[in-house]
Amino acid sequence: MMASSYNAKEEDRHQPGATGHVGSGTMTNKMPDNTAFKQQRLPAWQPILTAGTVLPAFFVIGLLFIPIGVGLFVTSNNIKEFEIDYTGVDMSSPCYSCSQSYSWNNTKSCTCSVPFSLDQPFESNVFMYYGLSNFYQNHRRYVKSRDDSQLNGDKTSLQSPSKECEPYRSSDKPIAPCGAIANSLFNDTLELYYIDPNGSRTAIPLVKKGIAWWTDKHVKFRNPSGNNNLTVVFQGTSKPVNWRKPVFELDPSDSDNNGFINEDFIVWMRTAALPTFRKLYRIIQKKPNNMTPTLPRGEYILEVTYNYPVRSFDGRKRMILSAISWMGGKNPFLGIAYITVGSVCFCLGLVLLSIHYRYGKRNSADISS
Amino acid sequence: MDFSVLRNLISRYCAGEEYWVDSRTVYIGHKEPPPAAEAYIPQRYPDNRIVSSKYTLWNFIPKNLFEQFRRIANFYFLLIFLVQLIIDTPTSPVTSGLPLFFVITVTAIKQGYEDWLRHKADCSINECPVDMVQQGTVVRTQSSKLRVGDVVMVREDETFPCDLILLSSSRGDGTCYVTTTSLDGESSHKTYYAVPDTMAFKTEQEVDSLHATIECEQPQPDLYKFVGRINIYKEREDPIARPLGAENLLLRGATLKNTGHIYAVAIYTGMDTKMALNYQSKSQKRSAVEKSMNAFLIVYLCILISKAVINTVLKYAWQWSADRDEPWYNHRTEIDRERHVVIRAFTDFLAFMVLFNYIIPVSMYVTVEMQKFLGSYFIAWDKDMYDEELGVGAQVNTSDLNEELGQVEYVFTDKTGTLTENNMEFIECCVDGHVYIPHAICNGQILSAASSIDMIDSSPGGYRREHEDLFFRALCLCHTVQAKEEETVDSIKRGIHLGKPTSFYISSSPDEVALVEGMKRLGYTYLRLKDSHMEILNKDDEIERFELLHVLNFDSVRRRMSVIVKSSSGEYLLFCKGADTSIFPRVVSGKVEQVRARVEQNAVEGLRTLCVAYRSLSPAEYEEACHQLSDAKLALKDREQRLAQAYDLIERDFTLLGATAVEDRLQEKAADTIESLQKAGMKVWVLTGDKMETAAATCYASKLFRRSTQILELTKKRTEEQSLHDVLFDLSRTVLRQRSLSGLSVECQDYGLIIDGATLSAVLKPSPESSGSGNYREIFLEICRNCSAVLCCRMAPLQKAQIVKLIKASKEHPITLAIGDGANDVSMILEAHVGIGIMGKEGRQAARNSDYAIPKFKHLKKMLLVHGHFYYIRIAELVQYFFYKNVCFIFPQFLYQFFCGFSQQPLYDTAYLTLYNISFTSLPILLYSLIEKHISIEMLKRDPTLYKDVAKNALLRWPVFLYWTCLGLFNACIFFFGAYFLFDNTTFTSNGQLMTTNTQMMFGNWTFGTLVFTVLVFTVTLKLALDTHHWTWINHFVIWGSLLFYVIFSLLWGGIIWPFLNYQRMYYVFMQMLSSGPAWLGIILLIAISLLPDVVKKVLCRTLWPTATERAQSNRSCLTVELSTIFVLTQSDSRLSF
Repeated sequence: MMASSYNAKEEDRHQPGATGHVGSGTMTNKMPDNTAFKQQRLPAWQPILTAGTVLPAFFVIGLLFIPIGVGLFVTSNNIKEFEIDYTGVDMSSPCYSCSQSYSWNNTKSCTCSVPFSLDQPFESNVFMYYGLSNFYQNHRRYVKSRDDSQLNGDKTSLQSPSKECEPYRSSDKPIAPCGAIANSLFNDTLELYYIDPNGSRTAIPLVKKGIAWWTDKHVKFRNPSGNNNLTVVFQGTSKPVNWRKPVFELDPSDSDNNGFINEDFIVWMRTAALPTFRKLYRIIQKKPNNMTPTLPRGEYILEVTYNYPVRSFDGRKRMILSAISWMGGKNPFLGIAYITVGSVCFCLGLVLLSIHYRYGKRNSADISS
Repeated sequence: MDFSVLRNLISRYCAGEEYWVDSRTVYIGHKEPPPAAEAYIPQRYPDNRIVSSKYTLWNFIPKNLFEQFRRIANFYFLLIFLVQLIIDTPTSPVTSGLPLFFVITVTAIKQGYEDWLRHKADCSINECPVDMVQQGTVVRTQSSKLRVGDVVMVREDETFPCDLILLSSSRGDGTCYVTTTSLDGESSHKTYYAVPDTMAFKTEQEVDSLHATIECEQPQPDLYKFVGRINIYKEREDPIARPLGAENLLLRGATLKNTGHIYAVAIYTGMDTKMALNYQSKSQKRSAVEKSMNAFLIVYLCILISKAVINTVLKYAWQWSADRDEPWYNHRTEIDRERHVVIRAFTDFLAFMVLFNYIIPVSMYVTVEMQKFLGSYFIAWDKDMYDEELGVGAQVNTSDLNEELGQVEYVFTDKTGTLTENNMEFIECCVDGHVYIPHAICNGQILSAASSIDMIDSSPGGYRREHEDLFFRALCLCHTVQAKEEETVDSIKRGIHLGKPTSFYISSSPDEVALVEGMKRLGYTYLRLKDSHMEILNKDDEIERFELLHVLNFDSVRRRMSVIVKSSSGEYLLFCKGADTSIFPRVVSGKVEQVRARVEQNAVEGLRTLCVAYRSLSPAEYEEACHQLSDAKLALKDREQRLAQAYDLIERDFTLLGATAVEDRLQEKAADTIESLQKAGMKVWVLTGDKMETAAATCYASKLFRRSTQILELTKKRTEEQSLHDVLFDLSRTVLRQRSLSGLSVECQDYGLIIDGATLSAVLKPSPESSGSGNYREIFLEICRNCSAVLCCRMAPLQKAQIVKLIKASKEHPITLAIGDGANDVSMILEAHVGIGIMGKEGRQAARNSDYAIPKFKHLKKMLLVHGHFYYIRIAELVQYFFYKNVCFIFPQFLYQFFCGFSQQPLYDTAYLTLYNISFTSLPILLYSLIEKHISIEMLKRDPTLYKDVAKNALLRWPVFLYWTCLGLFNACIFFFGAYFLFDNTTFTSNGQLMTTNTQMMFGNWTFGTLVFTVLVFTVTLKLALDTHHWTWINHFVIWGSLLFYVIFSLLWGGIIWPFLNYQRMYYVFMQMLSSGPAWLGIILLIAISLLPDVVKKVLCRTLWPTATERAQSNRSCLTVELSTIFVLTQSDSRLSF
């Protein structure tokens, strides 16, 4: 009795090693169990990484990776992509004047037309992106400056946005949507026109839906419920400072693309990983049962409503047209990397093979002797 | 006797404070002494409540938290947590708060539970009923209500409730038997004595009439030391003062045996009892691994701080222009803007610290502790280290040192009981040079007197006859052996010895038992001690009675013991037995030369020898001796010293009678064990109190010295001829010359050194006369380093510790291990890095004070070569891997800062940051560190040289650490830049395109982070899989299971809008990523690249520069089918891509 009362104390003095008196008390008088686990004799597979065992793996990796890499590389090279910078830094560029005369208070929008030509036609669906450079969407202050519950249609958050939104939280009335991300929504309007050889301009139909994640559009982003009329719903809130129009007028023509569930808005709200990024803007769909390519080769005009200032932070704005393949967009890196790793593995395999034959024998001879 | 009282009073009041501090006066039965005697000073002592619990209900939380945060690691994480709470940091406080909370809670629950158990135990003890004598009647009361001075009655088989002074017992002779198993593990019955003046009290009334005070020292923890004095007052008589010693003190925790009941008075209660005082903490030993771990931690702390500083500086350099600091789309808040730039910079620094703090994970400490705690069970579970005979297995007293078992370079071993069985057998005795050998050795069975004597001449001369008689009587009388009568049941079993009183002997010293049993075989049977008369059955079956007057107990300084007896004819005789060196100088007559020759011959044969001498005392001499002894015994102060002086005076002018020889056989497999240890690169030193010849013989028998070993002697005999200086230089020249020669020749002459205690203290003593003498120590160490084995004989216990300390402090700082079984080894066990106790016959003191206790010396082999080796490689991998995986984890975050404007944006989501170390990567490494076996147990035992592969902290040296860290950095770069190139398109400006899915959706920064994290978790886990050499089903389960858990968790975490979160950043991120083909291809590619260099390095090292362990592994693999390996490697490849 006395002894047991002190055992606990005895254990404790080995704190903080958290040790126990394993052997004391009842343990001492008992023969330890003869189980495989307790005797550390569990049956086990005991692999050893020797040249002999690793060799085949190297060759297998080499033989697998090189074809995959070649496949990726070829596919990536076949993807057509076209990119045009319309920032208007040069005097010669058509958007130069717009980029110079820019101010936030300017209610009159400035437009410019950027002509370009496609050497090759784009088959199938074409994706139209806008790209920004030197824009730190991944800055911490920026990334957290949003209120997800407001965007999810929460009424209380609508009226009192999260503190994270500061300093874009309220301007006499609470801002909806609040925060720096929403405030800096990309608001250039891009339009594409095809110049027929005869000189007439044909507007290319741009599909603005289906560019955001389905889950974002249907679950994560929601307009405040209660009324179909968004004007009423957003009453008592003010638009973000830099916006020209309130959130419920983002796309008045389509109630399914208005307010928080506007897809351009949703795409913008997914902050980019790196300071140079591109975001999906529109989709140019393949014409149904038509043999002509989506974008035939020829002359085009990009009509830009120039609203978005980037000169102040040395930014660039680009428009990108890209096709897509089974492996996504154009990405030569993956293909090259696969080919490199595959060949390195193969070479290492050869090196190891020679080493194995020269030294492996010696070692096993050592052991047997 | 007024004088003594006066002296008492004077000494009490004049000695002043100091005297008060170290003694207490106990009033038996709380009765005031007669007014004339001395002033009654009521004193307050703690009550008998035992409080072993640390906490109470209301102080548990604050006290426990305080205790926990005193640990530096916990405090560091608390600090990080507080920083996160106070300033605006990139990660939410949850990320460090949750793990910290988890660790703290688990520890608190564990400690709380233990404390609750302690409370329960305390309660049951404190409420345990005790019989107390009050006003002449027995009153039952609770144990906790007992106070100092209370008279207590204890019945047979009851445990003493507090430290008591025995007053009287139901046995007529005022003795009682006690077993102290629960205190020191010794199961023998010990005899305790009552003071003669009180032993007559038989009833409660009589006891109650006692009027006395006890003066004794203040409580001290030494179980075997006690000094006190009882003053008994009788009406109209002078008070009688009697000495009290440890033999009068019944300790709490001991149990009364073979005695009906006793009366005793409480002197130490509650937390003052020796038992309670003994459960205080020993000094903590730290293992070498822990030291390297701390060194690595400091490196990482420096890395962490420099990372934070670099980033802060770069941040302010980068955002020098306002357009970068505050572009139009990303303004600061007003409050932030108004803050002073220095404060902002400091906050930023702290924020970076917080962002990178995971590089030192909370979970590492928890994992290391769990590994040590759980891992130590394997030692206790090992049935190879279970001893059938003793019924005990190995014991782990501290698990902090498990891995140190794999690092031992020096083994210091005791001889008796450790190398040898400590199972003594009487071999022979010699009286005046005539040798007597018992006819047959029958393990203590009693043979008839006539047949047992072989060489005793039937008609010896008178002088010889007289000496022979004295010799045998001396051995029968001069001991502290108890004769225990067999229980009736046993006597049936053994009862073939018709008519004879059957009994067996119990003693704390096996030598004594062997001697007494040997005497029995030679015809002189010691029967019992009755009424302080020793009874002997002599050769002629006559009972002789000797009155036992004094026992001059054995101690290791004097190395002898004596008894003073009065024979029936009224002669006073002093018998003494002891080591030859302590007897011979005191001998005045007898055949010294013959005996000495015999003793030396026996010693060479490895027998333990004792010399026996006697002195007959005249009544006057006896009176004087008596006086000296009682004076010394009565002293409260310096009693030990005064006793020693008294003994010295009494034990002189001996007449030598003869010598005895007792054999102590080597433990089984002791030689094999020593050989293995030496092969494993350990230096084995034998430290013993024994004679040089005996010890050397044991060393030869145990193969510590071989025939080829050249013995160097550094003994008193040699230093008497030459000066110590010359001897030392001679030896070192011999050794060094040999070394310079052996550079050419392969065959190495090995040396063995023998040194004795006297020479050792001369070597270690810094002598002032010559300036060069300080180098003795160095020269000595130099000689020792070049000797394969060292034998130190004639060592005092403290010298053993000194030697260990000397080696510990030498310039290589080797790891030392001390192993011993007796109380004299305790100091050495405590001093060494690892102390191992043998649960032997000399009590359990060594085992109690050790870090590990094993039943037999041979178990040391498995303990070190197998368990030590395993623990070391396990913990080494654990430590390195933990640092590696956290470099992999945090370095991408550091790199990311260069791409997000140094804004402290975390790369990973909060949940990933929090759970990475807690759940995604914790279990595989914990399991690895518990059950990894890179090589089989049999192989380790068969080839001790494998131990050299892990010696000197081989797996935790800086180059290895650097390799792991570089590997981590490389992997981190691969993860980050791999993902970067997958996401980035600036490098391919003309034709690059962002990675898109089949649904052409865009990926943001969280997908980037998740991609990096997924590659990270898989790579880090698979790296461990590559390191695992022992794949049991548990390994498969845990490794693949934890990867699966990561995937399932991520799916779940991203699959639901979590209502309690104020952000939904991870919503569907993981699913979207998995639905993209390039992401899959990228993940597989990055994992392959990350693992490639490590695999190549492993294969190359193994093929070109294989270590002994690797050779042994390959040797085994030759037997197994190689195909299976390939199969699983390809299988693990396919695993990557689920």
